Amino acid sequence: MTAPAAMLELTYRDAMREAIRDALRRDKNVFLMGEDVGRYGGCYAVSKGLLAEFGPERIRDTPLSESGFTGAGIGAAIAGMRPIVELMTVNFSLLALDQILNTAATVRHMSGNQFGVPLVIRMATGAGRQLAAQHSHSLEGWYAHIPGIKVLAPATVEDARGMLWTALQDPDPVLIFENVMLYNMTGKLTADAGAVDIDKAMVRRTGRDISLVTYGGSLWKTLEAAAALAAEDVDAEVIDLRSLRPIDDATIMTSVRKTRRAVIVDEGWRSGSLSAEICTRIIEQAFWELDAPIGRVCSEEVPIPYPRHLEIAAIPQVPKIVAAAKIALGRA
Amino acid sequence: MTAVTDKPRLSRVHALDLLKQMIRIRRFEDKCAELYTQEKIRGFLHLYDGEEAIAVGVIPVLEQRDRVVATYREHGHALVRGVPMTAALAEMYGKQEGCSRGRGGSMHLFDRATNFYGGNAIVGGGLPLAIGLALADHMRGNDIITACFFGEGAVAEGEFHESLNLAALWGLPVLFVCENNLYAMGTALVLSESETDIQRKAACYRIASEAVDGMDVVAIEAAARHAVRAVRESGKPYFLECRTYRLRAHSMFDAQLYRDKAEVEAWRHKEPIVRFKGWLEASHMIHPDDLARIEAEIDAEIAQAVTFAESGAWEPVEQLTRFTYADSPARDVS
Amino acid sequence: MVEFRMPSLGADMEAGTLVEWLVKPGDQVKRGDVVAVVETQKGAIEIEIFETGRIEQILVDLNSKVPVGTPLARIRTELERKAGVALAPVGPPATVAEAPPSVLPAASRPSRPASIATLPSVAGRARVSPAARRLAATHGVDLATVTASGPSGAIIRADVERRLVAVTAPAERKRANRLDLGAMRTAIAAAMARSKREIPHYYLEHQVDVTSCEQWLTRTNALRPPDERLLMAAVAAKSVALAARHFTLFNGFYRDGKYEPASAVHLGIAIAIRGGGLAAPALHDVDQMPLDDLMARMRDLVQRMRAGRIRGSEMSDSTITVSSLGERGVEALHGVIYPPQVALIGFGKVVARPWLVDGAIGPRSIVTMTLAADHRVSDGHAGALFLAEIGKLLQEPEKL
Repeated sequence: MTAPAAMLELTYRDAMREAIRDALRRDKNVFLMGEDVGRYGGCYAVSKGLLAEFGPERIRDTPLSESGFTGAGIGAAIAGMRPIVELMTVNFSLLALDQILNTAATVRHMSGNQFGVPLVIRMATGAGRQLAAQHSHSLEGWYAHIPGIKVLAPATVEDARGMLWTALQDPDPVLIFENVMLYNMTGKLTADAGAVDIDKAMVRRTGRDISLVTYGGSLWKTLEAAAALAAEDVDAEVIDLRSLRPIDDATIMTSVRKTRRAVIVDEGWRSGSLSAEICTRIIEQAFWELDAPIGRVCSEEVPIPYPRHLEIAAIPQVPKIVAAAKIALGRA
Repeated sequence: MTAVTDKPRLSRVHALDLLKQMIRIRRFEDKCAELYTQEKIRGFLHLYDGEEAIAVGVIPVLEQRDRVVATYREHGHALVRGVPMTAALAEMYGKQEGCSRGRGGSMHLFDRATNFYGGNAIVGGGLPLAIGLALADHMRGNDIITACFFGEGAVAEGEFHESLNLAALWGLPVLFVCENNLYAMGTALVLSESETDIQRKAACYRIASEAVDGMDVVAIEAAARHAVRAVRESGKPYFLECRTYRLRAHSMFDAQLYRDKAEVEAWRHKEPIVRFKGWLEASHMIHPDDLARIEAEIDAEIAQAVTFAESGAWEPVEQLTRFTYADSPARDVS
Repeated sequence: MVEFRMPSLGADMEAGTLVEWLVKPGDQVKRGDVVAVVETQKGAIEIEIFETGRIEQILVDLNSKVPVGTPLARIRTELERKAGVALAPVGPPATVAEAPPSVLPAASRPSRPASIATLPSVAGRARVSPAARRLAATHGVDLATVTASGPSGAIIRADVERRLVAVTAPAERKRANRLDLGAMRTAIAAAMARSKREIPHYYLEHQVDVTSCEQWLTRTNALRPPDERLLMAAVAAKSVALAARHFTLFNGFYRDGKYEPASAVHLGIAIAIRGGGLAAPALHDVDQMPLDDLMARMRDLVQRMRAGRIRGSEMSDSTITVSSLGERGVEALHGVIYPPQVALIGFGKVVARPWLVDGAIGPRSIVTMTLAADHRVSDGHAGALFLAEIGKLLQEPEKL
């Protein structure tokens, strides 16, 4: 009989660092490239200490050239390396959008399957630190629109630790979005925690009365909302999407079939958001199961403002999630 | 400055080969124009007339294992690199026998067998890709260089500057070949660049650079030999600006309102095929029979390529979704 | 002879206008020569010929706009000249005889959206659209008795409507004048039970002097043929409808825990069916309907109801209902509200009573009006005002 694996408590940040370190050790073709990943230790301290351990060739600081070094990551991946490109945040990723969409996402299909791009791009995302309009976007939904790439949103310490290796094994480009509010979050992991799947959603809380579908930074607010609802005798089921492209329809529909109600929590701006896509899929696939219109809790359609009270009002919060759930339940 | 080994050996055989390669491109492009007017080739078509010396002068100097990145005006580069004419033309027809399965068309010729990485429709979009290919080779210690072809229009894009900077900073084995034909679509160089001496820009990034007469295939070959050797030996980038001219319009649907007919005519008298042929005739290296033979061989190859493309098949619609990802299945999308 | 055709020069070029010929019949041309100028949306473009030979004939006039592919000229090629023959005009130069013509795949069928897998239904759980559920709930229809015709085997609104008509008027399927009262009774039972279970009714009564109304009717009807005569029922209905427009707490629906006042007044007219049936089909916008019109429609409704020819849509959307037991009825009728409505006005029969008018006692025609209303939505004060308003309107029937 084997002894139970030891449990570690670590932060989301630490877990991501472990994932990178583990990948660098296991495969010499893996290297990390991005702004301030080396000497600075990473804007969010994810890569702290890695330069000393792996050297400047494999922990490669870049100039402020998002398009240039993202394209370089694409070329290096085509030529057999396994780069991890770190775009400091999704806000700066827009400078690399041409390379991501017009090269990474298209090359395999456009070349008739002669060349593939096994590239991983990581970026921080989300609002909540009063960084104002240009530093607070949640554009995962935009990226999830693009065929040819995969989009992930690890929301737990386990996923932060485990998704990267699986993403690096994927023959196609994978984007990993790390919500800035999660880096300090702590969680428990078994010492031997390893790779996890990157195409399935997970039910984080089972329930019978309503399905709350969410991802990324919003997961924890949604779980808190579920706890608040439980105190009012509403048993909510919480689904963590984990993968935004592809979306795990089966898990969502199984849940909705059981609860017959859904609210989607998405930090993107409401119009044309990922929540709209999920809404539509539920209508396409589970219309007859519904007992109420589908609700959404999204960011207000404003550039995210700087002052705390306005920022709080602009993005999804627990009370809004609770309220939306109650409306769906006819308890407004 | 130029080592003895850089000077091309201009034997009759080699000279005739240079001439043939250029004529082969010219005639192929001409046939593409004809097919386009007949709607066999669709979308956009960008032809290389007048610039043949660059592809013919540079690409044969590369090794099989080296990598080539080009632009949407890449038919000549693909042919010289060894992409079969049949596959290239079938690709332009959109047939599944095309080098990109028919999915890319004229602007997206890809060929793994010859390390030909496209075919890019975003001006400047190929430069970061080339940097990446070279980065991989650099990190693995491969003796491989990447030749990246682009027009002078790309010089205005941020990606040009980012890429040159990265190549110099990291010491990457990239040969940048700027095909300066004086017009970015319809905008003259003097109207878009504060510094029109392009190879000077490379110098700002501390990249060794040189400008060469793009209408002189021998000069280009000499410059290319020197450049390739420099990149291979130093592992550092090199920048070759080839000064040339585009005899045809930017693409087929272009009224050329932005330039004088007289200017085009003037360049037509010094274009590379006319020039080289004239020189060979003057040096008695070529006989009329040679030319007739070359043209007949080329016309036969082109005719065969047309037959191949005409009789090719359309990729079944059910295959549409395949290769979006490595494992995407076929699907009925009717 | 070979034809030189208008070339396609671009993905979005469909036609071109020939503005200049640079050659004429008899001229020798070779492949690559510029022979004409074509005006396009981008400007004038010189077009080249891909044949070598002699221009034999120009086919198109200058300044004519022709589609891509139109023959512009005939050329006698080198080949023909050498052979001393003129070959028959051919279409686009054939490449090799045996090359099969490359045609694009036949136009695909109009695309169907990819069929999305829908979940198999949970055993025992019928698929019912929201619209159907609402209608069924309103009329107490048991969904198990409804036949589904919607996608994925779902019950849709039309199915419930059909069921309602079948309940109320299956005359065509039965012997004449025999309605399926059993099914109707079941439906009524469900609806009435639900009403009493869910709606906290309160009741108000008001006696109204309708003498002047009766007199007006007598006078008006004297000049009319029998089938155009107005009845008190129409006057009553119009009065209720007009009052309901302003007393919004009595005209609307209570659903999902809240009240929504209706934007129109669709009056449900309770109609008794011989043999024990009862239904309350709706007349739309009665507040705006001229009295004659209203009367005619009421007549028509009753006739069709009794003959079993009611449309499903008429059954479903009353915003308030009026019920009267007519001359054979009682003095006051306390009704049961049809959910999700929130009010029902009842009219007893008109009786002659001694009444005080201007200090003296005299016979007057009195009718007892009742209001059954949903106490979740309104209270007695509002109800009293509503009834009073109806009573007032009944005093001036000529203004209705």
